[in-house]
Amino acid sequence: MPEIRTGEQLASVYEQYKQLLSTRLGTVVDDDTRMILVCGGTGCHASESEMIVENFQALIHKNGLDGKVVCSISGCFGFCEKGPIVKVFPDNVFYVQVKPEDASEIFDQHILNGHKVKRLLYEDPILKEKMETAEDISFYKLQQRIALRNCGLINPEKIEEYIASGGYQSLAKVLTQMTPQQVIAEMIASGLRGRGGAGFSTGRKWEFASKYASEEKFVICNADEGDPGAFMDRSIMEGDSHSVIEGMMIAGYAIGAQQGYVYIRAEYPLAVKRLEIAIQQARANGLLGRDILGTGFNFDIAIRLGAGAFVCGEETALIHSLQGLRGEPATKPPFPAENGLWAKPTIVNNVETLANIPVIFQRGAQWFNSIGTKTSKGTKVFALAGKVNNVGLVEVPMGTTLREIIYDIGGGIKDGAEFKSAQTGGPSGGCIPKQYLDTPIDYESLQSIGSMMGSGGMIIMSEHDCMVNIARFYMEFIVEESCGRCVPCRIGNKRMLEILTGITEGRGTEADLDELRSLSETIIDTSLCGLGQTAPNPVLSTLKYFLDEYEAHVKEKRCPAGVCQKLMHYKILPEKCIGCTSCARGCPVSCISGTVKQVHTIDQSKCIKCGACMTRCKFGAVVRE
Amino acid sequence: MTNTPNHSPCVEQNHPQFKELDQYIEGLQIDPDDPRRKDTLIMTLHRAQEIFGYLPEVVQLHIAKKYSIPHADVSGVISFYNFFTTTPKGKIQVNVCLGTACYVNGANKVLQEFEQVLGIRSGQVTADGKFSIESLRCVGACGLAPVVTINHKVYGKVKPGDVREILEKFFIEEDKDVKEAAHA
Repeated sequence: MPEIRTGEQLASVYEQYKQLLSTRLGTVVDDDTRMILVCGGTGCHASESEMIVENFQALIHKNGLDGKVVCSISGCFGFCEKGPIVKVFPDNVFYVQVKPEDASEIFDQHILNGHKVKRLLYEDPILKEKMETAEDISFYKLQQRIALRNCGLINPEKIEEYIASGGYQSLAKVLTQMTPQQVIAEMIASGLRGRGGAGFSTGRKWEFASKYASEEKFVICNADEGDPGAFMDRSIMEGDSHSVIEGMMIAGYAIGAQQGYVYIRAEYPLAVKRLEIAIQQARANGLLGRDILGTGFNFDIAIRLGAGAFVCGEETALIHSLQGLRGEPATKPPFPAENGLWAKPTIVNNVETLANIPVIFQRGAQWFNSIGTKTSKGTKVFALAGKVNNVGLVEVPMGTTLREIIYDIGGGIKDGAEFKSAQTGGPSGGCIPKQYLDTPIDYESLQSIGSMMGSGGMIIMSEHDCMVNIARFYMEFIVEESCGRCVPCRIGNKRMLEILTGITEGRGTEADLDELRSLSETIIDTSLCGLGQTAPNPVLSTLKYFLDEYEAHVKEKRCPAGVCQKLMHYKILPEKCIGCTSCARGCPVSCISGTVKQVHTIDQSKCIKCGACMTRCKFGAVVRE
Repeated sequence: MTNTPNHSPCVEQNHPQFKELDQYIEGLQIDPDDPRRKDTLIMTLHRAQEIFGYLPEVVQLHIAKKYSIPHADVSGVISFYNFFTTTPKGKIQVNVCLGTACYVNGANKVLQEFEQVLGIRSGQVTADGKFSIESLRCVGACGLAPVVTINHKVYGKVKPGDVREILEKFFIEEDKDVKEAAHA
């Protein structure tokens, strides 16, 4: 690909390469070329999707179809539950759970003979019918993909495919036709709010940073996706790194910055690799560096790895980490927009936020503003996980209800169990109960019911999950991740964890519940940063909506969901026990007595409730109550 | 048994592993007068841990010297971040994801099973230095929950009953290594 030095050159490169995507977009009909896209996201990658590509490529070559049939990786299709996913164009057929050895069947049947491989099509669990295209699948029907527009469409390791999708055109437009003030005005008009947590207006953030005069300013992409269970930022970086780069450049132009940093989790090696490739390609083609598109605008991007600290998602902590320090947060104000990296004006934007920006300038602020609710514009990507049938990435307009996400898109609860709660916002969010399933989701509505948008993690819990235990799980996470700088977070959360552990182990009292509430209040009011200020949310929301479960634990020493081990008893049913001794041999503390062909019994005083006996018994004689 | 980076002696400064680290650091062109020189420190520590398997004091001192910063600055950073370790890990590193999606799908039971089979707790290394178990928070493959990674290979939808079968392969490889060593 030639170096791109002007807007005209970019336009001609676009013209040259746009046919690359025509088979995939279905714009060319009478063409006999075929395109096979294989998901190369982390989930599918782990399930050997790379080998699927290799097998296809070998088959293409063997049959002398090089150039006629193309197979390549793509970013995440989002339907992780059914991965690895393979899509065949132009017929747009969607194969699920493909194994490397299935490549030959798809190739022989579909590519060579035009017969779809029914066995590998998605079967609708309700209609019991095979679905041929992604559009037919209920998982995709309600989705509107803006931030994820290129994920699953382009090969993320090829800049020409990003350009073919209209990439870098927004940058060209901004640099050649708009002043930084106009860019900021457009951003404010779009109504885009930060997708990483608090939901602050992105345009306003840029406006603040643009007002401070400084020779040096910085744009930071916050890719430290620490919320366990959220993986949308990872998917965007793996599937469409260039859109993040383009977003950062537009931000740089708007505030007057020449240097950008991507601060990314070390746990995401594939995303780091794809981002490195994208930055190198953009640099090699003149889209990063000096005098970009001949406009005199200079901008470059460097990658910095995190090292496993949840608090580094907080912007001041992130900035400290970028400076090679311990990732401890600082008091705000001053905000980074005034005094950020190396004490210079800095904006920190989340990955998903940045990925939205090129589209806003392509299609206009008005268009973006027309999507969503009154206060929350555009779409939001949720990482749907937990006890839901269709685990995956879901992008829906703001204002979609939880019910639509969980039942229409997510296909309902696993194993036909009853829905109990949806946890949003990770360790800073709350657990939403059944009665709010029909609440349209936006920043404000989630906050009003005791949760928050956060980065968009959405963990679904069923009747088999104990909400007290979930609250304890999040508190354990917070205690591990608290940086220790301020007392309420360091000590207060530790006390909360001790109380919650006591409750799940049968040592809880009713007074503990009041203690939890009062500690929560203090921690929220007095912690230094967002981590501490939101840490008690999972506890408060479960106390509010699932008080009956807490009461069962403290009053009756009973766990209604049957999760808390210390509150359970294992018993051997005499009528079912045949005396095979298997349970006794498997007991790690030798607390089961009985001889061959005699009924066995468990010594409750020694039992550690590990459940090994129950797993080993082939006769269903060991029960838990 | 093959000699892995995790278990090789690295007390001598002229050890080849130090040369590899120095090559990396030289590429960074650290200017001792630049107040911003520490911005690559975390990247360097990642590289060092890749090379040595862990970050013993001798490596920390070496890095501090290269950056012209106090040892305390280096060890302070290491102790803050979960990713860095000052003790060696096992040759075979078992990581059980305890992110929320994995947790609600029973990851803690999977972890318990690994602990029981290997006879060590999470965070420990077996006496022969072969296996270590750690828990980690979310690798982002929630569609495969519960997830276990062993030396970077991802195992998805792991049930407690699968643990022995997964480890079997490593036990066999271990025997093979021992036999090969005896043969040589």
